[in-house]
Amino acid sequence: MRLRIVPQDTKIDFFRAAKITFGASVLAMIASIVLFFVMGLNFGIDFQGGTTIRTESESTVDVRAYREAIAPLDLGDVVITEVFDPSFGDDKNVASVRIQAQDGTEAVSAQTIAAVETALQGVDPTITFPSVESVGPKVSGELIQSAILAVLGSLVAILFYIWLRFEWQFAVGALAALVHDVVLTIGIFAAIQIKFDLAIIAALLTIVGYSINDTVVVFDRARENLRKFKTMPLRDLLNLSANETLSRTVMTSGTTLLALLALLVLGGDVIRGFVFAIFWGVIVGTYSSIYVAKNIVLMLGVKRDWDKKDDPKAGTQFANIDA
Amino acid sequence: MIETGQTDAELQADAGLWPEWMPSGLVNLGLDLRGGAHLLAEVQVEEVYAARMEAFWPEVRDALAAQRDTVGFVTREEGDPSELRVRISNADQAAAALEIVRGLATPVASITGAGANDIDVRAEGAEIVVTLSEAERVATDDRTIRQALEIVRRRIDEVGTREPTIQRQGEDRILIEVPGVGSAEEVKEIIGTTAQLTFQPVVSRTSDANESAGPNNEILPSLDEQGVFYILERNPVVSGEELVDAQPAFDQNGRPAVNFRFNPTGARAFGDYTAENIGSPFAIVLDEEVISAPVIQSHIPGGSGIITGNFTVEESTQLAVLLRAGALPAGLEFLEERTIGPELGADSIEAGKLAAIVGALGVVVFMVASYGLFGVFATVALTFNMILIFAVLSILGATLTLPGIAGIVLTVGMAVDANVLVYERIREELKTARGPARAIDLGYEKALSAILDGNVTTLITALILFLVGSGPVRGFAITLGLGILTSVFTAIFVTRLLIVMWFERRRPKTIEV
Repeated sequence: MRLRIVPQDTKIDFFRAAKITFGASVLAMIASIVLFFVMGLNFGIDFQGGTTIRTESESTVDVRAYREAIAPLDLGDVVITEVFDPSFGDDKNVASVRIQAQDGTEAVSAQTIAAVETALQGVDPTITFPSVESVGPKVSGELIQSAILAVLGSLVAILFYIWLRFEWQFAVGALAALVHDVVLTIGIFAAIQIKFDLAIIAALLTIVGYSINDTVVVFDRARENLRKFKTMPLRDLLNLSANETLSRTVMTSGTTLLALLALLVLGGDVIRGFVFAIFWGVIVGTYSSIYVAKNIVLMLGVKRDWDKKDDPKAGTQFANIDA
Repeated sequence: MIETGQTDAELQADAGLWPEWMPSGLVNLGLDLRGGAHLLAEVQVEEVYAARMEAFWPEVRDALAAQRDTVGFVTREEGDPSELRVRISNADQAAAALEIVRGLATPVASITGAGANDIDVRAEGAEIVVTLSEAERVATDDRTIRQALEIVRRRIDEVGTREPTIQRQGEDRILIEVPGVGSAEEVKEIIGTTAQLTFQPVVSRTSDANESAGPNNEILPSLDEQGVFYILERNPVVSGEELVDAQPAFDQNGRPAVNFRFNPTGARAFGDYTAENIGSPFAIVLDEEVISAPVIQSHIPGGSGIITGNFTVEESTQLAVLLRAGALPAGLEFLEERTIGPELGADSIEAGKLAAIVGALGVVVFMVASYGLFGVFATVALTFNMILIFAVLSILGATLTLPGIAGIVLTVGMAVDANVLVYERIREELKTARGPARAIDLGYEKALSAILDGNVTTLITALILFLVGSGPVRGFAITLGLGILTSVFTAIFVTRLLIVMWFERRRPKTIEV
């Protein structure tokens, strides 16, 4: 008895609903971009500067009382959110207090933090502060810069690698899928306003890595089939490749999502945003490697006359490593 | 290695069982897992330029004064602290003055700055402007950072904290990570205190903080007398850098004090000054505050002395430590501070561990349900993979962080991918190939290019993450990258070995994957 999520031989025509799926992807991307500009991202202190204080208390968190206690300190924008996690018992109530970067100082001064802590202790004597983090505007500016560089750099590096190992059309297809995944992930962060910090950038890069992995497996099969079936129309050939690898795609996404689900539920609130980003990215990435990357390759077409000796550009010289 | 809740004694007993010849490095835990303080400080290198110019002034003054007949009177003008502005009364002799000042330049003592002089001198009308040259600035910056790094390290070591990380980061920054401290504030108190000790001649004593101090003088408050200010000559006779030792002690009246001793240069300067100025007051200044201003009773040779003041025993001990560690060459500005409590880290470890176990179990069940015996092989490889990851982590001395644990859990999910690729391929080949042995061979052969391409691209992103990320994110990049390498290794070599061994022994006519 074997568990078979995907039947043995599938002949799904992934292009039949191409207009709808591709249109949906484009729409989702546009929606994400609009959301990004309208709602903006809920940047953490990594990118904005400021201080985050994590509070823990035996009695329930009263956000309003906290706010009223801090208000007289005149610290500008203060965001207080209660943090939930299934592992917290009744006697563990956690909140996060975020204070904006103060004018003219790099990190928020010790006095400011001490004042906030004293004010909160006034509201709730059992309160403790398991973590206090301050980032100055100078560093946060640099962090934004290096984050953008990291994402762009990895996209370019992958584009280059795919271009070496496949035809350029595949590189463009893979890149489109990656951009799709990154944009949709930023979109969901704008939509539900989860804190967007440095860890999320790491998550974005992981998504890029995962999604490209998924896409490459389909492309690898397409590359093989291009050599095997020299006359098959590209559309059928891509469909065949996707069907042949479908079981693997679903299996790998399944095991990865399973592991991530465990982290999402049990991994604690500190990394929940990070894990959520990757979880979402794996879903979008699996979708995009089937519905976005291939569509782009089909649109661009692939040079098929591999055997013509006089065309040095046909195939690529780095593609032959499989026995 | 990430076990908590055991007492030290138990752990030591356990450690005793470990043979000595075996490698004994454990996985380092990041600050987010074990709690502690993380600080990023920027060294204010410009302060050193100003100090250099300050020290250069007497030299310029003396050189120009020697040629008074040509250049006339020399006065110092206020200007940007990183430059020295000197006005000469015979404006038409600026060129001559320029030559004299240029003659004071010395070659830069560094490899990159070879051939360049340490100062740039230019004339602006009747003013001669001296600044540090570009090459000298680079050399000075480097020296300043190294010195600051060394002093920060010594100060933190003095307090006896275990395994702090103190690293230079970028051009002018220092990263300080101290595990096990209660707050970043404590660390700042230890290193942030400048303990800049100087001995300066006293011009006069006053109660008016705004009184004009006169050229080349400064006005500083007294440490323990409220409302008392001293006007001091700005150039110190001796400074803290010349100290070789400082120890807490008691003065003749039994009050806490600090004994100090100068190096030979400091001792000579101090001896000469005290010999020439018997009867005049002399200020001991610590961090811009006058600790005391005793009158010089006699010539003090030998270069040792005592600082008295209203200290408690604790304060005098602390002061001695700070003096011994030396003064920071320049101030530090803290750009980033993070404090993570140990309980939060312990909670994170617990949560991460639970998630890893549940995740791995889920993946194992899924794999065995899907591939039967081959799923079991994949599970063995997965276990092997986990052991490898931790082994390599400890050998490399890499740091395990919270996102790093997430990276491991993610690896659990992704690690089976190479196996899945191979198994799916074997399934396909079984339909066409002659016999199961051939199908297994072909499965491995044909899946290789997909495994390679897929994992190289993921490795690229892990590498980029490692290069640009810092702290926890870098920890994630390490475990993710390692996980990719070990999972490809175990999938290709370990499972294949298991399958071949099994196949050779059983020689089944048909296989089910």
